[in-house]
Amino acid sequence: MAVLGLWVINKAGGLVYQRNFSDGLAPLTQNEFLVLAGTLHGIHAITSRLSPAGNSSGAQVIEGESFKMSIFLTATGTKFVLLTTLADNTADLLLPKIYEAYADTVMKNPFHTPEMPIRSEGFDTRMTALLGPPTK
Amino acid sequence: MSLGANSKTRAAIFDRNLNKTKNSQVSLSAWSFMFSEMIQYTQKRVNGIGDLERRLNTIGYRVGMRVAELLAWRNEGSSKAPKREIRLRDTLLFVHTQVWKAVFGKPADAVEKSVEKDDEYMIIDNDPIITKYISIPKEMSQLNCSAITAGIVEAVLDGLGFPARVTAHSVPTDAFPQRTTILIKLDRSVIEREDALK
Repeated sequence: MAVLGLWVINKAGGLVYQRNFSDGLAPLTQNEFLVLAGTLHGIHAITSRLSPAGNSSGAQVIEGESFKMSIFLTATGTKFVLLTTLADNTADLLLPKIYEAYADTVMKNPFHTPEMPIRSEGFDTRMTALLGPPTK
Repeated sequence: MSLGANSKTRAAIFDRNLNKTKNSQVSLSAWSFMFSEMIQYTQKRVNGIGDLERRLNTIGYRVGMRVAELLAWRNEGSSKAPKREIRLRDTLLFVHTQVWKAVFGKPADAVEKSVEKDDEYMIIDNDPIITKYISIPKEMSQLNCSAITAGIVEAVLDGLGFPARVTAHSVPTDAFPQRTTILIKLDRSVIEREDALK
């Protein structure tokens, strides 16, 4: 019952923020995270066209054997990806709060360039308060 | 068509009662976005942090001039014997309570006199709301966007006859990481006048 990681992907598919919270995930290099985020972005785009019923927003939850990935797509194309353990159901509550913290500390920050990697102390503090201290 | 009127039926903005917006509030999000754009606009046109703070100070100065006039009109405009502050302590308390309440909705947290210098006073705000969502990058750590607040204070003091140089500095503590001090360095002439009046 834990949050394992958070990724924020911009509308072009580039990873702008990544943080690990517990030791449940295998350690990866920065480059591997960038590749994974880009792959996820592509898969999400494909799944939005796969629905037989017409309008589809793309994959929202991807479950594996030991983890669950919840994807929150905003109206502007930014994706918030929360990696949690299988038993964790709090992703639906946490993702809107993460989006709110993003709107507050990243969008209102004059020193942040949109679509660029997030280097904001305010966002880090809010994420620590919401999800716990990061692990390396 | 008179200036400021949208149609024949709507009154021009200049005919509106000055007290109409006395207690109205502005959305913090709307302010944050506009302030963010003001900073980005200024940043493109300056070279250096000192220049950026000076420009923000100027913007605040223009706001402060209007705040001073408006407060004077609202507080004393209808009284038979309007008065204004002429002593330093009363003026600083006026800025600490009235100006802060009018601009930020709550009085400032402390007003202090510097022990080393007799012409320096400080107004402390534990959590300035106008810079609430700004995260200064490490390479610009000397910048304090509360320079705009310093400009407002400078204009109010100038208007009341207490010329000073006002700057903003961040003095974070564990309890209040956003704590900011507005440092007021009064002109020599003000200190001399205060001493003469004692």
